[in-house]
Amino acid sequence: MKVKVLSRNPDDYIRETKLDIQRVPRNYDPTLHPFEVAREYTRALNATKLERVFAKPFLASLDGHRDGVNCLAKHTTSLSTLLSGSCDGEVKVWNLSKRECVRTLQAHEGFVRGMVVRFCGTSFFTTVFTGLDHHQKEGVFATCGQQVDIWDEQRSSPIRSFTWGVDSFSSVSFNPVETELLGSCASDRSIVLYDMRESAPLKKVIMTMRSNTLCWNPMEAYYFTCANEDYNLYTYDMRYLEKPLVVHMDHVSAVLDVDYSPTGQEFVSASFDKTIRIFPKDAGHSREVYHTKRMQHVICIKWSADSKYILSGSDEMNIRLWKANAAEKLGVLAPREREAANYSQKLKEKFQNHPQIRRIARHRHLPKSIYHQTKELRVMKDARRRKEMNVRKHSKPGAVPVVSEKEKHVVTVVK
Amino acid sequence: MESEDPEMEREDAEDEREDAEDEREDEEDERRRLKLVEAITALRGGRKKPLGERSEAAVRVSEFAVTAEGERQKVQLSDLIEGAQQSPAVPTQTRKQLQNLSRSQKTVEQPLSRQESERVQRDLAFQKAAVHVSRWKSVVTQNRRSEQLVFPLNQEPSGPKPLEKVVTGWRVQTPLEQEVFNLLSANKQPIHDPVLSPAEEASLRAMSLEEAQIRRAELQKARALQSYYEAKARRERKIKSKKYHRVQNKARRKEFLKQFDQMVKTDPNGALEELNKMELARMKERMSLKHQNSGKWARSKAIMAKYDEGARRAMQQQLELNKDLTQKVRSSLSNQEEQEDGASDPELLPDFVNDAEPGQVSSNPWMRGELSAEPAEAQRSEQEVAAPAAEKEQHEEEEEKADEEEALLRDFESRRKLRQKEEEEQEAAVQDVEDSDEEEGPADQDQEEEGLSEFRSLFRGVAEGLKEAAAAASSAGCSSAPLEGGLIRIRTVEDAELLPPEDVELLPCSESPPSAPQEEAPPTGQKARGNKKRKRNIELKEVLTKDAKTVTVPLAPTLTDTADGSDEELDQRGLIMEAFAGDDVIADFLRDKRKQEDAAKPKVVDLTLPGWGEWGGQGLKPSSRKRRRFRVKVAPAEPRKDQRLPGVIISEQRNGSLSAHQVSALPFPFENHAQFESAVRTPLGRTWNTERTVKKLTMPKVLTQLGTIIQPMTEEELARKKASAAGAGKEDPHKTKDQKRRARKGRHSQKI
Repeated sequence: MKVKVLSRNPDDYIRETKLDIQRVPRNYDPTLHPFEVAREYTRALNATKLERVFAKPFLASLDGHRDGVNCLAKHTTSLSTLLSGSCDGEVKVWNLSKRECVRTLQAHEGFVRGMVVRFCGTSFFTTVFTGLDHHQKEGVFATCGQQVDIWDEQRSSPIRSFTWGVDSFSSVSFNPVETELLGSCASDRSIVLYDMRESAPLKKVIMTMRSNTLCWNPMEAYYFTCANEDYNLYTYDMRYLEKPLVVHMDHVSAVLDVDYSPTGQEFVSASFDKTIRIFPKDAGHSREVYHTKRMQHVICIKWSADSKYILSGSDEMNIRLWKANAAEKLGVLAPREREAANYSQKLKEKFQNHPQIRRIARHRHLPKSIYHQTKELRVMKDARRRKEMNVRKHSKPGAVPVVSEKEKHVVTVVK
Repeated sequence: MESEDPEMEREDAEDEREDAEDEREDEEDERRRLKLVEAITALRGGRKKPLGERSEAAVRVSEFAVTAEGERQKVQLSDLIEGAQQSPAVPTQTRKQLQNLSRSQKTVEQPLSRQESERVQRDLAFQKAAVHVSRWKSVVTQNRRSEQLVFPLNQEPSGPKPLEKVVTGWRVQTPLEQEVFNLLSANKQPIHDPVLSPAEEASLRAMSLEEAQIRRAELQKARALQSYYEAKARRERKIKSKKYHRVQNKARRKEFLKQFDQMVKTDPNGALEELNKMELARMKERMSLKHQNSGKWARSKAIMAKYDEGARRAMQQQLELNKDLTQKVRSSLSNQEEQEDGASDPELLPDFVNDAEPGQVSSNPWMRGELSAEPAEAQRSEQEVAAPAAEKEQHEEEEEKADEEEALLRDFESRRKLRQKEEEEQEAAVQDVEDSDEEEGPADQDQEEEGLSEFRSLFRGVAEGLKEAAAAASSAGCSSAPLEGGLIRIRTVEDAELLPPEDVELLPCSESPPSAPQEEAPPTGQKARGNKKRKRNIELKEVLTKDAKTVTVPLAPTLTDTADGSDEELDQRGLIMEAFAGDDVIADFLRDKRKQEDAAKPKVVDLTLPGWGEWGGQGLKPSSRKRRRFRVKVAPAEPRKDQRLPGVIISEQRNGSLSAHQVSALPFPFENHAQFESAVRTPLGRTWNTERTVKKLTMPKVLTQLGTIIQPMTEEELARKKASAAGAGKEDPHKTKDQKRRARKGRHSQKI
C-alpha cells in the first residue's frame, strides 16, 4: 500500500548553511521560457554598457628619463622587469610591480637605437646601429645599419653580412618560431627577408612607402606585420609577398612601432599621431585606441609576456603601462566572477551585430585633432574613390582596372 | 681488354707497353722537327710570337697559355680530352659522350653575370625557406579552428604528480646507482613501474586468455539456462487449471516460509526485508474484504450452507485462508521479540505497526514525524476500544513516570541511529583497509541485527504505553488539543513550547535532543527495567548525566492565538480593501480592449463639401442625398484575432521604437537568415541551460594564466601536434616521451 502525500522534501530547497548558494530548481523546458532572446539581449546590452563603464586602461606612468624614450625591451624570464633606452644614451631598468626605476646606466653618447635581452635573461644588448634583435635560442644576434649583420656573441666581427642595394635599414627582427629567419625594413621602401644559413637574402617587397618596423607572429611562423609610414599596418604571409593578407587602417599618422601579443591573436601599434591602437590579427580596423592628453608621439611599444599589459614609450620621456583589455578585472577572480565575465563576454559576442550594442561597444572618445583628421582622411579617400570610379566610367572598359586596397600598396616584389 | 683469361691480359699489357715506347720515340722526333720548323720561321721574321709551351709550375697561370700541339693553332677540345680517350680508367660511355662533344661545333654559352647568378641563388633559397616554413601550416590551421586556445602552450599540470612520472624523469647519476640499474636491466627487472616484471606481466597476459575462455563458457551456459527457465515459466503460465495454481501457490508459500526460517539465520537483513513485505501483505489482507465471507459468492454459499456440506466446507476453507493470511509470521526474529516483550500479547499490537519504518523514509524529514507522533488524541477513540480494561489500570499507575522515560527513550533512539551510522562508516572503512576482516563481517552484522530487533520490540512496547497513557489521560478528562493542527514539525525545545500545553505534557522538557523525532512515548516501568538487563543495555545514569545540546533555530511560530490572529487578519484585509478600493482591474482591461477595438474599426469617410453645387451658409446643411452620395464606405475589417480571447489584446500595429534594436542586414559570417536567427535563438545563460552546457557555451576563446610568461611556439609543439594527429592508438607513448623531454627542459631552464 502506498500513501501519497502532498509535500516536498525540504532537503530539495533548503540550504544547509547560509553560506551555501540558494537552490534554484529550474525547468529547462523551452516552452516555459518564451522571452529568452529578449532577456539575453537586455543582459548583453547591460554587459556592453558596463564594459564601457569599467574601461579604464591606463595603469601607470614611469617617469625618470631625461630625453625621449627611444626603445624598450621586455625581460625574457622576468615579467616585472622592463628595460628602456632613451635618446640621450641612458638605459634604465624598471621594476614594473613597484613601478620604480631599479638601475640607470649611461650606455652610449648618442641615441640608444636598439636594445634586446638575451634569451636566458642574464644579459642585454644595446646598440647605436638602427636595429638590433637576438636569436631565440643561440648566442647570435643581428644588427642593421648600412647592411644587415649577423654576429656571434664570441666574435668581434660579424659572421655574415647581407647587402642588397645601397640603402640603409631601419629595423631587423628574428622570427621567433622559425628561428633562422629574419626580416628587415629598408629605407628604399622595401621589406627584405633573410635566412641566417644562406649567403644571400631571400626576397624583397617594395611598397609605396617606407616601413618602420616589422614584427613576426609568435604563434604562426610565416606571418609578420609591418608598421608603415602611410598610416597603415600590413600583415604579410612570407611565402606570398605579392600582396598583404590584411591592411590594418585607423591610424592618422605614420605608424612607428608594432608588437604582437604573445598569444599571437592581436598586436598593438604605436603611432606618430599620439595614440596606441590594438588590432586583432585578421581585422582591418582596430578594436581599441588608447591615448592620454600628455602622451606625445609614441616611439616604441611592447606587449608584456603574459599578454595582460601593454607598455609604451613616447617622446615626452615617459613610459606608460596599459591594460591589454581595458575593462578586464585584474588579479585573481573568484570562480563565480570568472563565470559571470565569461558569460557576459559570450553575450556581447552573440549580440555584437545588433545596432545598439555595436554602437555602444564601438564608442570611443578621441582627441579632437585625431577625430577631425580621421574625418578628413575619410573625405579624401572617398574623393579619390569617386574620381577613380568616374574615370573608369568614362574610359574604355578594362582600361582602368579595379585595384584592390591590398594590391594598391605593393609596388613590386624583387626576387 | 675485356678478355677473361689472365694470360691474355698480360700479353695485352706487354703489347701496350711496347706501343707506348714506340709512340714516345715518335713524339720526340716530332718535337725536334717542330722546333726546327720554328727556328726556320723565326729566321724569316714572323709577325707574331707564338705562345710558348708551359714548362714550369707557377702561381698564376693563364688559362689561355695552354698551347696546342702545333704553332698558331687554337686549343681544341680534342687536345684536352685526348688523354681521356686513351686511358683505360674512363668508362666507354663517357668516352662516347666526349666524342660526340668533340664532333659538335657549337660554342659554349657564356656564364651568368654575378647579379643574375645571385638572383638564382636567392630564388632557390627563398623556395627552400618557403617550403620549410610551410610545415607549420597544419599547426596554424588547427589552432585557428580550435574552440579554445590555452596559453602557455607547454603547460605542465599543477599539483602532485604520479610516482611513475617522477621516476621516469629521474636519471641515474652516481656510480652506485648506475651499477644497481645495470643489474636491474640485465635481469629484466622493472625500473620505472615497480609492480610487475616483464616476465610476470607476460605470464599474466597468458593467464588472462585462459580466464577469458572459461568466463565465456560460463556465460554461454548461463544464457542457455536462462532461456530454458524462461521457456518453462512461459509454459506454466499458460496452464489454466485453477486447482493447479492453487496447489502451486500453497507449495510456494510453504517453501517460502521454510526458506525464510533459513534466511533468518543466514541473511538477517534480507529476512527483515521479507518480514516487512509479509507484514505489508498481511496488512493489506486485513484491510481488504477478500476471503472475509462477505462477497457475493460467500453470501450465496451461506444460504446454501444449511443444506450443502460442500458449501459449508468451502466457506470454512475460505475463512481458514483468511486466518492464514492475516496471521503474523512467526519466525525466529519475531520469536525473539516476543520473548523480550515478555507479557505483551501479539494480538493486541496497536496500529502503530502500520507506521512506516523510520529507516525507509529517513531522507524526507516530513515523513520522519510519524502518524503516531500526531497528538495522541487523534487515535484515542480507537485505542479505547482496543485496550483491555485490566491493563489500562496497570498503566494508569505508571503514568507519572511516563514523561521521563519517554525522554530517555527518545535519547536512546537518537543514539541508536547515531551508532548505527557510525558502525556503518566504520565497517566501510574497515573493509577498505583490511581484507581479513571481511570474514568477521557477517557475524558482526548478526549481532547488530539482534540488537536492532530488541530495540524494535522495545519501541513497540513503548508505543503501546504511549497510547494507553493517552487513553488514560483522555479518560481523566484532560483538555483536548485541536485536531486541525495537522503535522507539526518540531525541531527544538522552543518549538515544543509553542505547542499547546497538552502536547508539552507529553513531551520532554530538558533532555530531549534537538533531532529526536517525537514518535516514542513512555514505556512501562517494567519494560524500562527489563531494558537494563539486556546485552547491549544503556545505563540510565550514564545517559542522564549528559546534557542535551539545544540548537536554536529561529522559526516563525506555527500556531498563534486564534482570537488575536483573526483580528489582525481582518485588519489586514480591511487595509488592502481600502488601499485598492477603486481598482477594478478587469473592468479597466475590458474598457481598454473595447477602446482598441473601436479604434481599429474602419471609419466611414464623409467627403461632402457644403456649399458645393447648392447653397451654403449658416444653418444650412448639405442635402441628405448628397451626403449619401459622397460618403465613402470602407470594407469591413477582418475579424480581430483576439475576438474569442476575452483576456487578451492583440495589437498588430508595428512598434517603431523596437526597430532601433533590430538587425537590419545579415551580418558577415552568416549565409542566410535562418542561420543567424537560430544563432540568436540559442540561449547561453544558466536560466535556460544546464550547468555543464553553460560551461561549454561560455568557454573563453583564449585562456591565459595569470603571471606566466607565454613563450613563442617551438618545434616541440609541431612534433606534438603531428604525434597527436598521427593516431589515437600510438598517441600515448609519444606523448609521454614528449612530456618527459619537456619536463627535463623545464627543469633545465629553471636551473639557468
